[in-house]
Amino acid sequence: MSTLETPGGGRGRLIEEAARVRGRSLWDDARARLLANKAALSSLIVLGIIAILALFAPLLSPYGYDEVMFDRITIPPDFSRAHWFGTDGLGRDLFVRTLHGARVSLAVGVVATLVSLVIGVAYGATAGFIGGRVDELMMRVVDVLYALPFIFFVIILVVIFGKNFILLFVAIGAVEWLTMARIVRGQTISLKEREFIEAARASGVGTFAIIRTHILPNLLGPVVVYVTLTIPQVILAESFLSFLGLGIQEPLTSWGVLISEGAINMETAPWMLAFPAAFMAITLFCFNFIGDGLRDAIDPKTR
Amino acid sequence: MRETLLEVSDLRVHFPVRGQGLFARPRPLRAVDGVSFTVHAGETLGIVGESGSGKSTIARAILRLNTPTGGRVVWLGTDIARLSEHALRPLRRDLQIIFQDPLASLDPRMTVGDIVAEPLTVAEPELTREARRERVAAMLDLVGLSPQMVNRYPHEFSGGQCQRIGIARAMVVRPRLVLCDEAVSSLDVSIQAQIINLLKRLQREMGLSLIFISHDLSVVRHISDRILVLYLGRVMELGPAERVIGLAHHPYTAALISAVPVPDPAVERGRPRLLLEGEIPSPLDPPSGCVFRTRCPKAQARCAAEVPALVPRGTDEAHLAACHFPNI
Ligand code: SF4
Repeated sequence: MSTLETPGGGRGRLIEEAARVRGRSLWDDARARLLANKAALSSLIVLGIIAILALFAPLLSPYGYDEVMFDRITIPPDFSRAHWFGTDGLGRDLFVRTLHGARVSLAVGVVATLVSLVIGVAYGATAGFIGGRVDELMMRVVDVLYALPFIFFVIILVVIFGKNFILLFVAIGAVEWLTMARIVRGQTISLKEREFIEAARASGVGTFAIIRTHILPNLLGPVVVYVTLTIPQVILAESFLSFLGLGIQEPLTSWGVLISEGAINMETAPWMLAFPAAFMAITLFCFNFIGDGLRDAIDPKTR
Repeated sequence: MRETLLEVSDLRVHFPVRGQGLFARPRPLRAVDGVSFTVHAGETLGIVGESGSGKSTIARAILRLNTPTGGRVVWLGTDIARLSEHALRPLRRDLQIIFQDPLASLDPRMTVGDIVAEPLTVAEPELTREARRERVAAMLDLVGLSPQMVNRYPHEFSGGQCQRIGIARAMVVRPRLVLCDEAVSSLDVSIQAQIINLLKRLQREMGLSLIFISHDLSVVRHISDRILVLYLGRVMELGPAERVIGLAHHPYTAALISAVPVPDPAVERGRPRLLLEGEIPSPLDPPSGCVFRTRCPKAQARCAAEVPALVPRGTDEAHLAACHFPNI
């Protein structure tokens, strides 16, 4: 036993040194692979630019997003007056509105996805890890919610609570978490059978500690991938709702609202559709490229 | 007589298997069916059996990774087969396990240091971070790994090194009994020998008992004081290692021994081979009487009618076999 006890000075120094030797975690490897992926890397850069533009939109243009100018109704892109994207039917500057729309669309995308992430992961990991009857019951609930038509659900919410911004997050998040919960549950069930979980149980680590220290970190890979693929879905869902008039209300705007207006004026003022649609399409592409890149980077075997 | 640590009696682990058809009742899969043995302080018990013989299920039942359907698992006087998870927790540090697949048994997202420290955080939560690091480093040293490896990740190590990490994790809480479930089966032969020597050394230094589970009799005979031969969830033969190997009473043990190659080619060629025919029967539907009778070269009518008791057949009281017509 004596070998276990000696606190020897030599070993103390070794430990100090050891603290400086860092291993390559799977995340380090994944980051390197992601940065080597050209499509994903350029998508990251483009997305970053869009996000920065959206953030600093008011500084870039002399016009406000709700500033109505009756003398400048529906003019095409005009650089001399700093209407780079033209104006809309009320004479508002489209450049500013497109970037404001980007704010709203991206915010909805990220926040609603985070909502779905938190609920979905907690729910799915619990159901999957406990298993048995609890799992069965929890997943039946998900099945039932899945069967509710999305639009119907949103219309009911709007009727009950009236139109507002928060509701949009709630409605979209409430629907998106279902898929997240299913994915997480499936992953958890396969993780649960792995020997390192048995090893933890054999050492007496409690259920929630196992979920926290072993299940969640190992779920992170697939979850991160799914998150990047959920954000564009949410952006689309928001656009769809706004297109139907159930989402963002004037004078606030989002890409969905702008595209809806642009579609009406497509023949007389094509720029009103072209610019917001292009921004949205590019953003969606970027998220999908990043999602694919992450999937390959995190789990190169499944390619 | 040395102190008895573990006493397993009439252990049964049955899994319900859903039958075919809508109204079929679930049938029990008898993975372990009435197994009894003891483990004394400081000894090594080898458990041999083909895959599907229930040997891993025994290990998991002792550790309560699955729940025994019947029988008793008495650890130092306490029956742990029925204990709640909560009541079991203080006892867990005494019983540890080493797994077959070294890499799969280590969490790929944790550093080696965290992996080895994990059982310590449960068993001795009062340790300071410093003391814990100290213990982990000492343990890594003891299993032949550099303590500088604490910040590395399992995928950076070879199979043999991963198994050393697994051993460090099992031993760091100073258990009294370690179950090695096919602990060397997935390693190269030269590495197997290193790991077995490491286990022997740790056993000596820490005064542990081992249950060494393997399908490979040639591995088990090297490390075991006593050997238990398992077939279809039942004990066929149990006795001191040299007697089970040298004077196998049971036809199944004899067949296993004859399947182990002898290093000398001349002897190897001249040796009679008892080849087992057929497959191990399904534990859903085990043969009546002696479960080995469908493959036994000596089977007779009585073997189908009567279950042979596990009793001493020869001169040694400690050497038991379950066979109506043993080789004595
Ligand atoms: S009891 Fe009969 S069938 Fe079973 S091992 Fe002995 S001889 Fe063979």
